[in-house]
Formats: sequence, C-alpha cells, structure tokens
Amino acid sequence: MFTPDNKDKILTGMIWSAAVLTMGFLIWILFYIVSNGIAYVDWSFITDDYTRTGDEEGIWPMIMATLYMVLLSISIAAPIGIMTAIYLTEYAKPGSKLVKLIRFCTEALAGIPSIVYGLFGMTFFVVALGLGFSILSGALTLAILILPVIIRTTEEAIISVPLSYREASYGLGASRLYTIWRVILPAAMPGIVTSLILSIGRIVGESAPVFLTAGMVARIPDSVFDSGRTLTVHLYMLTTELYTQHDWNMAFATATVLVLLVLAINLITKFITNKFSKATY
Amino acid sequence: MNTFEIKDLDLYYGENQALKSIELAIPHKQVTAFIGPSGCGKSTLLRTLNRMNDLIAGVTINGQVKMDGADIYADVDVRKLRMRCGMVFQKANPFPMSIYENVAYGQKAQGVKDKKTLDKIVEDALRSAALWNEVKDRLHSHAFGLSGGQQQRLCIARTIAMKPDVILMDEPTSALDPIATARIEELMEDLRKEFTVVIVTHSMAQARRIADKTAFFLMGELVEHGETEQIFTAPKDKRTHGYITGDFG
Repeated sequence: MFTPDNKDKILTGMIWSAAVLTMGFLIWILFYIVSNGIAYVDWSFITDDYTRTGDEEGIWPMIMATLYMVLLSISIAAPIGIMTAIYLTEYAKPGSKLVKLIRFCTEALAGIPSIVYGLFGMTFFVVALGLGFSILSGALTLAILILPVIIRTTEEAIISVPLSYREASYGLGASRLYTIWRVILPAAMPGIVTSLILSIGRIVGESAPVFLTAGMVARIPDSVFDSGRTLTVHLYMLTTELYTQHDWNMAFATATVLVLLVLAINLITKFITNKFSKATY
Repeated sequence: MNTFEIKDLDLYYGENQALKSIELAIPHKQVTAFIGPSGCGKSTLLRTLNRMNDLIAGVTINGQVKMDGADIYADVDVRKLRMRCGMVFQKANPFPMSIYENVAYGQKAQGVKDKKTLDKIVEDALRSAALWNEVKDRLHSHAFGLSGGQQQRLCIARTIAMKPDVILMDEPTSALDPIATARIEELMEDLRKEFTVVIVTHSMAQARRIADKTAFFLMGELVEHGETEQIFTAPKDKRTHGYITGDFG
C-alpha cells in the first residue's frame, strides 16, 4: 500500500489541500466581510461626520485620524529605523558588543505584545510627558512598535546589495557617506519601500495601543495634540455596542473599508517593489 | 624607477597566512603580471596595493608597501591612494546607473559639479577606454544594456576618469569571450603608455602577450619575478618551470 509512488501521491495531496485551505480561508473571510458590508458603503458613509447621537454615521473623521497616524508614525520611525540599519550594516564592526545589543533589543521589541506598548505609551507619553491622549502620543507609541520591522527589513535590503558595488565605489576613492547615498541606498530602495509599506499596514491594523494613547474621540483632529479615533479603533468601538441589525451593518461596512484599504496597500507595495526592481536591475 | 616597493609583507586572514614575506618592486609605466594557481595570493597582493583588503574583517598586514616613497599604510590617506590607484575587477561591476553617470561617478564623489568639466572628462575617459564610438549616442542609457566586454571597458573608463597613476586589474578578462578579451588586451597597449599597470591573470598566454614583468606566486610565496620573457623561457626556479609547462596548477 505505501509504495514510494503512493507515498508521493499522498504527500502531494496533503500539500495541495494545505494550499487550498489557506487560500480558501482568505477568500472566505474577504467574501464574508465584504458581502455583509459593501451594501452600506456609499459616498456619504465615507465622507460624513460621526456623532454619538446617531444622526451622522460616516467614517470621515476616522479616515483622517488614520491618515494622520500613518504619516506621523512613519515620519518618526522611518528616519530612525533606516539610520539604525545603516549604522548596523555599514559603520559598526560586525559582531561587536554594541551590534549584538542593538540586535537583541530590536528582536525583543518585536516580540512584545502590542497592548504592552499601549500601556507604556499611556503611562509615558500620555501621562509622564503630559502629551495627553493625542495623535502624537499614539504615533510615538506606534513608531516604537514598527521600529524593529523597519530596522530588520532595511538591514536585509542593505546587506543584499552586491559587495561589488561597494568595492567599485570605494575603489574610486569615494567616501563612505557618498557610497551609501549614491549606491547602497538606491540599490536597497525596493526593500526599504516594502518595509515602510508593511509598517503602514501594521499601523492601520493596530487597535489596543492606539486607543490607549490616542484616545477614541470620533472627530477630525485639528493638530497632533488632539485625540482621534482610527478606523480600527472605530470598528472595535462599534463591535462593543452591537444591539440592532443596523449596528451590525455599520460594523461590517467599516470592516469592509479597512479590508479594502489593507488590500490596496499590499497591491501598491507589490507594484512599487516591481517598478523599483526593474529600474535597478 | 619603481611605483611600488613592497618589503617583507605578511598578510593574514584571521589565523590563515595568505602572503609570506613578499619582497617586490613594481616598475613605473610598465605592465606587471601576477600569475599562479588559484589561492596563491596574487589577488590578495593586488588588493593590498590600494588597501581594498581594508573592507574585509579580520585581515592583518605586517610589513611595508611604499608608493612613490610613501608608506601607504602609514602616511597616505586611503581615499587619495584609491584615486591614484584605480581598480578593475574580475567581473565587470558597473553601477546601476547610466553610462555617463558611471564614468562621472568618481569625479562627482570628489565634488566636481561643473557640467562642462564632467562632459570633457567623461568623453576623454571613454575615448581612452576605446568605448566612445560605441556609446556616444546613448550616454544616458542604462549601463546594464551594454555587453559584458563593453561593461568591462566602461569600468576601465570609470577608472581612467579619476586620472590615476596606476591601474590595478584583477583578472579583467576571465569572464569575457575571446573577442572581448582581445579588445581589452589591445586597449592595454595604449594604457601602458600612460599608467603603471598591475594585472592578475590566470592565463599565462595573456601574461606573455601583455606584460613587461611577471611575478609567479605559489601558496602565498613570491617564487620568482623578472622580465616576462625570462620567466617564460628560462625560469630559475623549478616550481616556476613546472607551472608554466603545465605540470600543475
């Protein structure tokens, strides 16, 4: 019965079913959410304000808060993360104690549950620094959260730049800074862009560390010192008060927008990465 | 007159000794070839001349390398050294940029910005590398569109654009077909008039065709060096004789 030929067939079948199962779950979840929600997503749902009385149930304030949160977190985390990665790969002595320490810290940071970041953000940024529940507190917290991802992926992108480019540049008497700026960073750009866009996905997706630091007031923030409610936090709030069919519909409509947004971010990542890869190689 | 004078040079990769008390003088405006089997240290020695080994962790160097009388490991700024000693690598390694940007790279890295100056330098360098006629109409297209041989000549042009005194070549034709190889060898006939050339080569025929002086290495030792003709016709050491007659390597 278990001839090599049959074993091969059984194994192939198992692998195939695993693949189909994975794909099936994705399609099922997507279909379930979108089919329940898309009917309620219209122009006014997206552009309307939101009031607690239920007069207006749009998600515009949440979209704006999400946008602010993404822009601010990325602009805080990207320079720090990219510079750290450059230091680790191009400046630090490989295997030095400092490098090992930084690596250990980034790995440890990556493993901490996100709600713990929320707790830290709330006690440090919100209370101790007196920033209050604000987009700024939230963005600072999320910046720490995404830093390990940015550092790790940027490092890998820089390491994969061929040694021959470095040799060519140093061989012409170029300085280290010039080499990094003109040769290494451009060649590593696809990887860096991918890491930034993955981080955006993470920022859009987090809820716990956001409502613990940026609050949950549904309004368009006037400045980074205002509190705000991101789309994911909004969905969380909606799901805590599901009484009528209408509440369910609104929750699914919000989920639909979120899912489509994340899907769009993924597609844009693929597109940009492909474009960059063709430009460089 | 000598461009390089190497005295009692030892080089270690970690614990591994790759070069053993090398004593060698490399004459001015001549072509010197380093030959020997794989792993004999010839590329390593070439890379000590422009301190390219600095990029590798765990390399220890003892001894002295003097260029025009100055100790390059003590008295010379490494970037200035590399500007004076251009290097052409085994596999053509143009930057992922246009042909023009590749040739202008080194000058731009020194802060030269004036477009007219750069245009002139790029044209002169491409002419010296015998590439100008093939690329003059597409200076701004991507360097990766060139053939392997053209890419290697582009790398030579990029080096010439720095107006160096020395050109170091690390098996520059080993990845090229015979026709592209012949073009590079032709080019070297012109280069020898202006530059001190040091070339590492696997091909004894190539060393014989282009080199004035030849040095034979074996397991980190410089076995013998002298006039190319003498090395190939009347080697003094029996190991040299064995290598050039094909007994090993």
